[in-house]
Amino acid sequence: MKKEFQIIADLIKDNTRVLDVGCGDGTLMKFLEENKNIDSRGFEISKNKVQNCIGKGLSVIEGDAEKDLQQFPSSSFDYVVLSQTLQAFYNPEKVIDDLLRVSKKAIVTIPNFGFWKIRLHLLTKGTMPITKNLPNEWYNTPNLHMCSIKDFFNFCLKKNIKIVSSLALNGEKTSSINTSSLGLKNLSSELGIFLIEK
Amino acid sequence: MNIKNKLKTLIIKNPLTLDCGKIINNYPIAYETYGTLNEKKDNAILAFHALTGDQYVAGINPVTNKNGWWSHLVGPSKGIDTNKYFVICANVIGGCMGSYGPSSIDPKTNEILGINFPVITINDMVNAQYNLLEFFKIDKLFSVVGGSMGGMQVLQFISNFPNKAKTAIPIACTANHSAQNIAFNELSRQSIMADSNWKDGNYSQLNLSPDRGLSVARMAAHITYLSKNGLQEKFGRKLQERDNLKFGFDADFQIESYLRYQGSIFVDRFDANSYLYITRAMDYFDLTKQFNGNLSNAFCQSKTKFFIISFTSDWLYPTSENKDIVIALNACGADVGFTEIVSDKGHDSFLLDVPDFLSTIKNFLNFNYSIK
Repeated sequence: MKKEFQIIADLIKDNTRVLDVGCGDGTLMKFLEENKNIDSRGFEISKNKVQNCIGKGLSVIEGDAEKDLQQFPSSSFDYVVLSQTLQAFYNPEKVIDDLLRVSKKAIVTIPNFGFWKIRLHLLTKGTMPITKNLPNEWYNTPNLHMCSIKDFFNFCLKKNIKIVSSLALNGEKTSSINTSSLGLKNLSSELGIFLIEK
Repeated sequence: MNIKNKLKTLIIKNPLTLDCGKIINNYPIAYETYGTLNEKKDNAILAFHALTGDQYVAGINPVTNKNGWWSHLVGPSKGIDTNKYFVICANVIGGCMGSYGPSSIDPKTNEILGINFPVITINDMVNAQYNLLEFFKIDKLFSVVGGSMGGMQVLQFISNFPNKAKTAIPIACTANHSAQNIAFNELSRQSIMADSNWKDGNYSQLNLSPDRGLSVARMAAHITYLSKNGLQEKFGRKLQERDNLKFGFDADFQIESYLRYQGSIFVDRFDANSYLYITRAMDYFDLTKQFNGNLSNAFCQSKTKFFIISFTSDWLYPTSENKDIVIALNACGADVGFTEIVSDKGHDSFLLDVPDFLSTIKNFLNFNYSIK
């Protein structure tokens, strides 16, 4: 399991209810169910992935989180997870609102557009950056709303969303983000992981 | 000897109060089983049939000599593997394959019941079939599964008996029959009743049979089971065994010939009054109303793991209606998975060889059986 999922799993308390939005092949759900006695539900837009998950015994619902999260009642989960998907929504602001309605706590991870390699790529080559986390060309990327760790940090401040925990990931190395280290982490990290609540 | 006299039949002694208020007892339920019930009795799956189905879910149907209606899905090594699971399927009450229905004989008068048979509901069908669990001494089914009207029975079963099934797979169905569904059923019923041989339902006593009405009913219904694209691809405007239009009302087009054929073979195996009663039961189905407008309450007592399936080209029981069931289940925190299978074969997809559909059910069942 990738490091990002290990960090997410560590942020989740045992014996809770978790909704994994964009659960993909269900790796995180499976881990949470087997190791932390989590009652998990998944949400996924790809039919193949949904059918694959269901075949592994995971309770996954096919749908578009942007439209279909409404079906979940308020506060019906303890945690909702959104891994590297926020940037692909038409309206990320509304999705965050919905996540924090469905669940008190949300764990959101974002590929950091402020990462130095991305900045360098744009600065030196003058073309849209392509990296391990952002492998697509500008014309076929699913990402509509890229942001940096700093952007997301400021977004939470502006929206009065409480950041309970924020972590930066660079390769396998994890570190915490705080107001004083924000600028540096925004430069040195590939991924930001935020545990937020309203 | 009439083959229908040799069907496996259970006589239900327990009185059953029907939704219409009438009480029935000592009535037959015809059923078939596939595979073997294991010692722990934890491998039983109850399959519910759709409008024109019967208990012959797999293998060869001894009445029609054709494959069972779900033979793509049920059988040795298939999606529902009868080497592993014990599959039970019963003819619904109101049906015409051995269970208590309008073609049964009224013991008091020794006459065929006809439209003296009481109007039954999906709830009544499910309550009648529940007796099979007692008969086989099964405390908890591993799964309840069904498509279309069979799916409605799955929903009703979980609602009536919240903890009698470990898993449930309602397929291509709805929690309440839509105006469009009712309209198509009414068209079919009117077609039967407009046949002069129907004789207010007393055709059997007069040795008549409203075949033309029943076959038109089947033709109309058959169109609703297919998709526009599916029809266009299979038939288009192709002509039937002729090079040119004949300027008459014979079946010039292949689609006409196909529908006529479907209608004609149907009347050999199905009773017109049963068609009236079963479509009525479907039209009356409104699980939301049974729970005062809140469908979630139908399921909130249940720990059953649901897997709901719809098909992209099914316009009779569209994805949106299947999703309404998912939403109701989510609203009460039930355990539910959902997928929409890509198929251009319309509502009929659940009966056909649609590989993603068959494999997903197989994996879902096998995984959940392995983690008992």
